[in-house]
Amino acid sequence: MDVLQLQRKLREHQAAMLREGFLDDQFSQLQKLQDESSPDFVIEVVKMFFDDSEKLLHNMTRALGQVPVDFKQVDAHVHQYKGSSASVGAARVKNVCATFRNFCETQNLEGCVRCLQQLQQEYSLLKNNLQYLFRLQEEIQAAGGSIPTIE
Amino acid sequence: MGLAAESQFHVLAVDDSLIDRMLIERLLKTSSFHVTAVDSGSKALKFLGLVEEEQRNEEPSFVAQKTHNQDVDVNLIITDYCMPEMTGYDLLRKIKESKSLKDIPVVIMSSENVPSRINRCLEEGAEEFFLKPVQQSDVNKLRPHLLKSKVKEVGEEDQLINLNRKDINEILA
Repeated sequence: MDVLQLQRKLREHQAAMLREGFLDDQFSQLQKLQDESSPDFVIEVVKMFFDDSEKLLHNMTRALGQVPVDFKQVDAHVHQYKGSSASVGAARVKNVCATFRNFCETQNLEGCVRCLQQLQQEYSLLKNNLQYLFRLQEEIQAAGGSIPTIE
Repeated sequence: MGLAAESQFHVLAVDDSLIDRMLIERLLKTSSFHVTAVDSGSKALKFLGLVEEEQRNEEPSFVAQKTHNQDVDVNLIITDYCMPEMTGYDLLRKIKESKSLKDIPVVIMSSENVPSRINRCLEEGAEEFFLKPVQQSDVNKLRPHLLKSKVKEVGEEDQLINLNRKDINEILA
């Protein structure tokens, strides 16, 4: 595949992620902050987000497995995850976190467990989509092309 | 120390979230600020030399506050509100209670839009309250606050010079 085709693929993929709500405008803001002095900024932040996600999802799982469940503790983890997902533009993850927090407040265990499952799904989807995005970027750069920014 | 530091404003950023620290640091650097980022209120106070100052006050000391302040030249502090152990509000209060630090402008950031929280911070002396995620347009609002404090600093230096002249005249009289 040549550079032009790759660039078109990248643009389409980014547009789809925005359209389907995986990403919101905050992700575009991150891309705007990337420049020659900080060429890997987006990838670095996203890597940090992946690490954070795995840690927090693990903590939530553990907290929900305790007897009795400490909903304040669960909420603390969800609050943190809501914050970091908002910061990177992970819109669907952020929205599930908002619902999750409501269930923590009403101490609804079933609702919490369902939200945790949803979070794991959303995170997994997002991770795959972003990794594909970064792979396309790498291919374009390897072929000597420039990365089209999100409109 | 003096002339080199004039060219760039130095911002101290405080946030327990690594991602948010990366973000705020990048935002500030693209606006040409020099940035120090720490992950807690206690680390911020340590960096500002506040702990040391408290120790100094126990002994008689004739060292002017101004001299001490110049060891760490911070022009603005931007801090997250929700942090374990010491919240951004606690940090704000400690800074405003400190003779040497109270004139440094403080900005609070929070992911939650709670009007009572915002008012409390503004009443305690915070210059601005930003909702997270912080945007470039928010960071652009910082410059006027920094310029205001720079002008104040220069004013104080003039007073110091005038005072010395007065002393000299008295001695010579």
